[in-house]
Amino acid sequence: MKKTIVAMLVAMAAMLLLVVGPAQSKGHLSGQLEIFSWWAGDEGPALQALIDLYEKAHPNVEVVNATVTGGSGVNAKAVLKTRMLGGEPPDSFQVHAGQELIGTWVKADRMEDLTFLFKEQGWMEAFPEGLVELIGTDAGIWSVPVNIHRSNVIWYVPANLDKWGIKAPESWDDFFAVAPKIKEAGVVPLALAQNWTANHLWESVALASLGPDNWDALWTGKLAFDSPEGVKAWELFGKVLEFTNDDASSLSWQQATDMVVDGRAAFNVMGDWAAGYMSTTKKLAPGSGFGWAAAPGTGGEFMFLADSFGLPKGAPNRDNVVAWLALLGSKEGSDAFNPLKGSISARTDSDLSVYNDYAKSASADFGKDRIVGSLAHGVTANEGFMNDFASVMEMFLKSRNAEAAGKAAQQIAMKNGIGK
Amino acid sequence: MPNRDRIKAFLTLLPSMILIGVFVYGFIGNTFWLSLTDWGGVAALAENPVRNYAGLTNYKELFTGFLGGGFRQDLVNAVYYSVMLLAGAIGTGLIIAILLDNKPRGEAVFRTIFLYPMSLSFIVTGTIWRWLLAPQGGVNILPTYAGLKPLEFKWLSSTGAIFEFNWQNLLLIGLYIVAAVLIVAGLMAIKQDPPRALKRFLLPGIAIGLATWLFGDLLPKALFMEETHGFNLATIGIIMATIWQYSGYTMALYLAGFTGISQDLRDASMLDGATTAQYYRYIALPMLKPITISAVIILSHISLKMFDLIFAMTGPDNAETGHPALNMYLTTFRANDFAKGAAIAIILFLIAATFIIPYLISSYRQRSTR
Repeated sequence: MKKTIVAMLVAMAAMLLLVVGPAQSKGHLSGQLEIFSWWAGDEGPALQALIDLYEKAHPNVEVVNATVTGGSGVNAKAVLKTRMLGGEPPDSFQVHAGQELIGTWVKADRMEDLTFLFKEQGWMEAFPEGLVELIGTDAGIWSVPVNIHRSNVIWYVPANLDKWGIKAPESWDDFFAVAPKIKEAGVVPLALAQNWTANHLWESVALASLGPDNWDALWTGKLAFDSPEGVKAWELFGKVLEFTNDDASSLSWQQATDMVVDGRAAFNVMGDWAAGYMSTTKKLAPGSGFGWAAAPGTGGEFMFLADSFGLPKGAPNRDNVVAWLALLGSKEGSDAFNPLKGSISARTDSDLSVYNDYAKSASADFGKDRIVGSLAHGVTANEGFMNDFASVMEMFLKSRNAEAAGKAAQQIAMKNGIGK
Repeated sequence: MPNRDRIKAFLTLLPSMILIGVFVYGFIGNTFWLSLTDWGGVAALAENPVRNYAGLTNYKELFTGFLGGGFRQDLVNAVYYSVMLLAGAIGTGLIIAILLDNKPRGEAVFRTIFLYPMSLSFIVTGTIWRWLLAPQGGVNILPTYAGLKPLEFKWLSSTGAIFEFNWQNLLLIGLYIVAAVLIVAGLMAIKQDPPRALKRFLLPGIAIGLATWLFGDLLPKALFMEETHGFNLATIGIIMATIWQYSGYTMALYLAGFTGISQDLRDASMLDGATTAQYYRYIALPMLKPITISAVIILSHISLKMFDLIFAMTGPDNAETGHPALNMYLTTFRANDFAKGAAIAIILFLIAATFIIPYLISSYRQRSTR
């Protein structure tokens, strides 16, 4: 009995070797690939589409889909840090492209340079130049962006605007011209939600106030937060806040969007995941049911944020990861993922026919606009700064003191190695 | 052979002593060491991060630094939160326990109903109460059912604060509190032992109070700028939710105590002409002092490490309802400032110790005198 079992095991092992052996010699991959992300809920199907594509191309690789739920990766990032500190990195992990990755993982010498992959795959030409600059440093390029979201968008319902006899504002002065009128009618001019959406609004307002060149200078330390320009941005932000709802901090971003949809508020500045929310959950048609424009004063500028995957040093299955990253950056991969996720592809040559109307317009802008990075979503500043900035924002929301906020922001910039 | 017994006892205890030594005290020690370093910032997560000894910089930064304002507000919040929770949960629990102790009809049903919130996790409680306390729903629209106007209070996002004080005057306020505590203790002890109460409590208390009042201006300022902190009204919502969850628990504690008191005692007191109120005030409650003490200990350390309820109700970055435990998590795992996170953890640990160590000492003494 025992003998037969042993014999069967030996035979099976031999068969496995026969199957695997030739496969390897043909250049196919085997083993495991563990992908760590926070895409569990609505984004799950989009990630699954990518995994399906990968499994079709590399049938011998077992893909382990490790997700930790929680919006913006609040929980996932903490789990990832414990795993990395414990010397057990996943093969590849999701991270916001830019300084959130660079400040935490690249500076700690935990990531491999991906320039070789970008050159090999021809991504230097396929991605816009400004993008590659923002996700890399002098020493290399550190992650492959899977999607692009836009931060500086103002949302509204066209029918409601007609009713009130107003238009989407092109500048904040336009907004201040109509806002008091709307406020008198009992409608909140600009819907706002909890703390992070205030950061989100701040970056659109600051970009409008500073202009793209000064915005970039802020993050290279060439312009101080407590300079006259920096303080002016806070002053403008304070003025904008006067036209927001005062129960903001107990609302989620969806509830702020709901206020616009229900006609309780006129406008809302939110990233373009709001388009997905309004078209999928609220069943509104892009263009007629809900409308959008670049946030006031930021026309011709595209403030982006991106989810990306990188290659940690010491990844157990490096070859599998490289194949995974190649898929993420490919036209096929990004056009399978993004229509489902509600974002646009980072490539300038994607197949627009599979995207909805909002995404088509965003893609067109992405190809021609000036690209700048988002603060609230990790492109321009490291995690230390982002965390401290949240407390500066809380301070400002309470005190409304532009000068003090500028000073505090400069202090945390110095502390976190951004300011000089 | 008592000696052999001792060895056996020691050997039996050894494994747990080692495990607790390593995993509790060892890690407390390690956290304390980390709080004295500068581990954080850029490259904090490198394979072999650089950690330099930095002395008490982190603590100094938290209590007197420009950027520590958030932490200071959190600490003040935690103090108010603990006090309100203790008063609320013990008071409510006691009242319910007394009502149930008088055996109303359906006592068992009520007991289950009141104890039920205990079985929920804080995340569930937090989510339920976040909905109940939403600005345009739940509690705020209750009056509309009676034809009244809805409430306008923003339970979780109000920016109002009461009992405000300036952090600069921290030393001053601390001394006043010490003086007040001494005087109250002295007044309470004066009946039993007048000379001792006078010498030990009253006179030093009055002296400290007077000295502070006269020379308080000479005290060094705790901070270089004015910074007011107070009891944020937005924490009322969180306190309500916690009381809702824990008053059933204190009720159960007291109820168990009340049923443990012999019926003869109650009958005897009634025969002597005591009213029900007098029975509870002078006989039942003094007998349940150990229960009150353990309720205080349990609730105070729960309030000091409160995290999940606040996270579920108001999320991170809500300065109005912040708590040091939340701040510690964000500082450590979001900002990668491990040393400062460790410092916050140690501060919380020390505050908890001030509650628990006196309790341990007194119970140890009681046991050894017995």
